[in-house]
Amino acid sequence: MTTKPYQLETVSCPSCIAKIEGMLKRTEGVAGSQVSFATSKVKVNFDEAKIGSDQIRERIVRLGYAVLGEK
Amino acid sequence: MRFGSKKAKSMVLSTALVVVSFILKEAAAAGHAAAGPAATLAMLATAAVAGFPIFKKAFGALRYKVVGIDALVTIAVIGAIAIGEFWEAAAVTYLFSLGDYLESRTIEKTRSSIKALLDLAPDKVRVRRGGQDLEIGPEAVLVGDVVVVKPGEKIGVDGIVLEGSGYVNQATISGESLPVHRAEGGEVFSGTILESGYLLVEAKRVGEDTTFARILHMVEEAQDRKAKTQKFLESFSRWYTPAIVAASALLFAFSRDIELALTLLVIACPGALVISAPVAIVAGIGNGAKRGFLVKGGDIMEKLGSIKAIAFDKTGTLTAGAPEVRQVRSFAGAEDEALKIAAAGEGYSEHPLAKAILAEAASRGMAAEPAAAEIIPGRGVAFAYGGKDCLVGSRSLLADKGIALSADQESEVAREESRGRTVVLVVAGGAVLGFIAIADAARPEAAAEILALRKLGIRRIVMLTGDNPRAAQAVAQELGIDEVRAGLLPQGKVEALESLKAAYGRVAMVGDGVNDAPALAAADLGIAMGGAGSDVAMETADVVLVSADLSRLSYGLGLSRATVRVMKQNIYFALGVAGLLLAGVLVKAVNLSFGMLVHEASVLLVILNAVRLLKYGHKSTLQGRRQVQWPTAAQPAP
Repeated sequence: MTTKPYQLETVSCPSCIAKIEGMLKRTEGVAGSQVSFATSKVKVNFDEAKIGSDQIRERIVRLGYAVLGEK
Repeated sequence: MRFGSKKAKSMVLSTALVVVSFILKEAAAAGHAAAGPAATLAMLATAAVAGFPIFKKAFGALRYKVVGIDALVTIAVIGAIAIGEFWEAAAVTYLFSLGDYLESRTIEKTRSSIKALLDLAPDKVRVRRGGQDLEIGPEAVLVGDVVVVKPGEKIGVDGIVLEGSGYVNQATISGESLPVHRAEGGEVFSGTILESGYLLVEAKRVGEDTTFARILHMVEEAQDRKAKTQKFLESFSRWYTPAIVAASALLFAFSRDIELALTLLVIACPGALVISAPVAIVAGIGNGAKRGFLVKGGDIMEKLGSIKAIAFDKTGTLTAGAPEVRQVRSFAGAEDEALKIAAAGEGYSEHPLAKAILAEAASRGMAAEPAAAEIIPGRGVAFAYGGKDCLVGSRSLLADKGIALSADQESEVAREESRGRTVVLVVAGGAVLGFIAIADAARPEAAAEILALRKLGIRRIVMLTGDNPRAAQAVAQELGIDEVRAGLLPQGKVEALESLKAAYGRVAMVGDGVNDAPALAAADLGIAMGGAGSDVAMETADVVLVSADLSRLSYGLGLSRATVRVMKQNIYFALGVAGLLLAGVLVKAVNLSFGMLVHEASVLLVILNAVRLLKYGHKSTLQGRRQVQWPTAAQPAP
């Protein structure tokens, strides 16, 4: 299990947070996630054996939120 | 611009399209037949360009069975196109994406304070490895590395100076804006700036473990810790969106008026409401962090505003915490003998009174061999010295051991105490040798601060101290404190807080965060002063004052009230606008695009209202009060 933070473009509504968290919750291999409204960061706790960091990024982007970087 | 160059381009394009659409629409209305189809085309193009990101998000979310505002707008736009209302479709998508664009730009502003702090984080560190100086990222530095710091540079690690000396601006850590001198053996912190000189520093804590990184982390977490109101609003919006979809469907089923149903769908988006609280919290906490008042969350902000009573620790909080020996009195034998015994007994103690005694002994050129002493918490020490059993400590220590003062001794001690001094008695072989009177002056800003707190409506201001009642009373009188509870052991402070809570409601405790950790935890709100460097303080306290400056308190209290006020204004405003729009839709006074315009404008106003919080505490609002200045990132070397 690893935890990685991703910096997103400015998240302008708290409901976007529910959306991103909801998507990650339904993603195989992700154990938990936390989206910060204040900093527009997502912290994702995932099993590297089941899902790669790139796949997580891609899923967030597909949801419509640009990922500016990993920290 | 960090974000949105793509967003900005799409915004320019859709603005051009919407203008063209509007002109063609007016031309068509004026009777130019050829303009009609062209207008339709332009409108559809607008809806496609402005709407593309919205549709993408809506479908993306739908795949994970999440219905958001994007989905509502998408349904409305598809509906509008289906019934041939192309202009409405264009206007709604355009207004929504314009609103979204402006909102993310303004929201960025509410976060600017924390960004200013982030910019102070060191981005590279020069380490000396194998005789070579390498510039590496702060995360690549290892504990034990030797870091080279040149004038004007940021120190990138917490560590100990190995070589060199210089003046360091530590405002990021201590809030003190005057640079401090650091030489071999001195402690330096990451995020501080070497103003002049040259240092070789051995890294003790690096990267995320440094005090500065922890402050940043704390502030970031705090901004996301939700206020009660916010939690309520979020659970509200969770059932609200689906409920509105159902209501629109019902409305359509009964009225057969698709436009009405679609309008309801759009105006009912709870955008302004869900954002009302978080933007205020982010701006408020950011403002506090910038001025050395670290609040650990939105819930704490709410609590702070409703504090009714404040309890202060005395030593180190109301007083400067740097006590000095004012008198050494000897009842029997040489004056120096009592001091020498006291210095031996307190040799290993970290207590501020012990430090004063040791400093006095050193200034008189005495070097007492420290004795292995038993510490009796809150009372003093017991040890053997020169073949005798000795005691150094308070009156209650003597009472515990069954040693009484004579009437003369008693009156002399009482006189010192009534002058605000703390008396440490020295006993050897059962006889009272003498005492040491120690004074700790009140902080210069304390009296004015107590007055300011009273003006803010604090009903009761109490001093809780382990010190003797007379000394405590003298300080309390000087500062205008209502009530003194003296002679308290740490557990006694906790009990005192319980009774204050019962009597006055919400009680805050202000302490130094190290000795007062239990009391800080027991209060409704624990405020640690000058505690940014202390791990315990940062963990137990709800609020950390970066500098040891009491005037931060009234500023912070005012800030929390302003934050709560903005939050409430936002909520009432958002509810009011939603109510008016709803009424407007039902009486058909509001159409799709106008509803969207009002909705987006209300979201923007709510954010702008929160942006006002960033100005709180500027010179105009705090009349000439000293500001803690975080240093700017680009400070020139002198």
